[in-house]
Amino acid sequence: MKLSLVSTSVLALLALSGAAVSQTADKIKFDYWYGLSGQLGDVVAATCDRFNESQSTYEITCVGQDGYANAVQNTIAAFRAGQHPTVVQAYDAGTADLMMSGEFYPVSKMMADFNIDIDWDNFFPGISNYYASSTGELFSMPFNSSTPMMYYNIADLEAAGISTPPATWEDFEAALVAIKATGKECAFGYEPSTWIDMEQFSMAHGIPIATNNNGYDGLDSEYVYNTTLHVKHMENIKRWYDDKLLEIRSTQGGLNARDSFAQNECSLYFGSIARHAAVGLLVDGKFEWDVAMIPVYEGTARQNTVVGGASLWVLSGKSEDEYRGAAEYLKFLMTEESERYWVSNTGYIPVTKTGFAALNAENFYANPPYKGRELALKSLTYTDPGPLTRGIRLGGFIQARSEWTNEVQAALQGDKTMQEALDTAVMRSNDVLNKFARTYRGKQLP
Amino acid sequence: MRRAYFKNNWVAALVVAPQLLIIFIFFYWPTSQALYWAFTLEQPFGGGSEWVGFENFQYLLSDGRYWDSVRISTIYALATTALAMGMALTLALFADRQLRGYKGFRVGLIWPYAVAAPAIGLAFRFIFNPSAGVASYLNQAFPDIWNPVMNGDHALTMVIIAGAWKQVSYSFIFFLAGLQSIPRSLVEASAMDGARVMRRMWDIQLPLLTPTVFFLIIINITDSFTDSFGIVDTMTSGGPARGTNLMVYKIYEDGFRGLDYSGAAAQSIILMVLVVALTLFQFKYVERRVHYS
Repeated sequence: MKLSLVSTSVLALLALSGAAVSQTADKIKFDYWYGLSGQLGDVVAATCDRFNESQSTYEITCVGQDGYANAVQNTIAAFRAGQHPTVVQAYDAGTADLMMSGEFYPVSKMMADFNIDIDWDNFFPGISNYYASSTGELFSMPFNSSTPMMYYNIADLEAAGISTPPATWEDFEAALVAIKATGKECAFGYEPSTWIDMEQFSMAHGIPIATNNNGYDGLDSEYVYNTTLHVKHMENIKRWYDDKLLEIRSTQGGLNARDSFAQNECSLYFGSIARHAAVGLLVDGKFEWDVAMIPVYEGTARQNTVVGGASLWVLSGKSEDEYRGAAEYLKFLMTEESERYWVSNTGYIPVTKTGFAALNAENFYANPPYKGRELALKSLTYTDPGPLTRGIRLGGFIQARSEWTNEVQAALQGDKTMQEALDTAVMRSNDVLNKFARTYRGKQLP
Repeated sequence: MRRAYFKNNWVAALVVAPQLLIIFIFFYWPTSQALYWAFTLEQPFGGGSEWVGFENFQYLLSDGRYWDSVRISTIYALATTALAMGMALTLALFADRQLRGYKGFRVGLIWPYAVAAPAIGLAFRFIFNPSAGVASYLNQAFPDIWNPVMNGDHALTMVIIAGAWKQVSYSFIFFLAGLQSIPRSLVEASAMDGARVMRRMWDIQLPLLTPTVFFLIIINITDSFTDSFGIVDTMTSGGPARGTNLMVYKIYEDGFRGLDYSGAAAQSIILMVLVVALTLFQFKYVERRVHYS
């Protein structure tokens, strides 16, 4: 009697666990952590729901991590504990760190392993080069892609007698003076941004940020932006600040640069095209505005800018089923319909040529609120990416960005000259690079 | 004095075990991890690490930036402690005098301690906002006199005030308890001798409060070294130009944002040694030397 009781309970347990197995067998579950937050994060979550509704084999669980930096650091912590997600959205600046870790499943290899045919040449080269190995193999899937733009208030420019947005920095300065002359308090709402002022500025001018072609050719790179046109540009910004042609607008100070523009306080603002949708919502038709490519200095030949934003990495240490699910999800994101959903609900640009062509075919960019976003692609594809405009492949780049920002702030405060500030930033960022190279001693950039 | 003890050691071990386990998991294990990382160059994803001895420490100690951070942290610790304790003592003396409505004040003054640091940071960020907040009136009267967004000293002042505000309640509770434990008869006797309020405070109450004062100094300093993160993170993110980059925030910035695990580990070891030293100092000297009678 006792024995049968035991055996029946064992049987019951087996049945239960069997039921559990068959239930999970219905759907293969895998996790995806993303960094975008706010409205953009909601749209990411919506893509997950759309994927889950589109098929019944896989179930993706998407968890927002509230910020790019958090997404990466939480993933690392989880990875060390063996609890990491299958897919993670990692930002552009973390690319070199993830590449060197080696703990990922290159997406091009994964797609081939699961016989999913992807036309890799279909990606805009300015986008895919950023996430590809030296041999051109794509390690992560380009996802939310942007590039900086100049946002301008049409009425304010017209009041200052300017009919076309300034395409050179010389014209830009003249515009600032002219706008100020009309009595506008804040002509240019500015916040120091490495991404715009240093990285994309250097790309657009075809000047190096670091040796070894911005780090692509080896770990023993050194920063050189304290010797290029970038210095002159930052000195100009300092001068404009001193002459009150620009105003510092940051979140800490109340209104950030974007909101200062959207609330008609400042006439000009530089920001990612990803903000295009949000600016449109904030302005809400109260004044006329548009975007243009970031200016270049006279006498220089404009080059392409590179992609900002984030890509999707598939991490190592997961089961084949989970990888298959991840592959299906990435394939789903690549469909024209998904791309249209993504770009129309955010300000991001399509990452594939066919996606862009399809949108153009239906005059997507002809009318507000999408009008102007095609200029981001124009900026990204202005020239074919060369060795200096492929992207940036520098370790510890997040720290290097922080060095730059802090030193520029010090120079704007008047603690030191801009040249001194940039020299210090370069020296300290080189220490970071050096340490990075030593941490990965004996390894090569893939 | 007779000591009570368990006859059966196994029972004792069993009773203590959960607590020991918690301490081990949440303190000793992470500490040993950090200690190991501090002497290596650790790859973030754990792909391997190289033993480098004291190099991480050498780099830090020869780094002007690190000493800037130490200097700012010291200023922050001393200033918040002085400000918080000064305020708390004043308030406690008044609450202790049983003026009208003192019961309400007593409860009300303890509340701020329950407010989370980031919430305090947000509130003070608004108050000190140069263009939109309460402080903007100051800027209207005297243009450009207050700008924590661009001026590191202003930003540090702002963070100190917010940090002190948070600490006032804690010190207040201890001061009030200390004051109430002073025998009423002493105060009353001096009153009968003709000592007025201020005289009684200086000659009777404050000297008898010294143990509390020293205890609070140590606790407040320790706390301001370790517990300032939330305020800095929401108010300034360590800026402008590292003007508010306190040691604990720098650890976060370097380690979690910058993925420099080894450098951050070395910094946390230094911070830990500092806090341990302060605590030892308190146990060894302050508690023994300062007492009544």
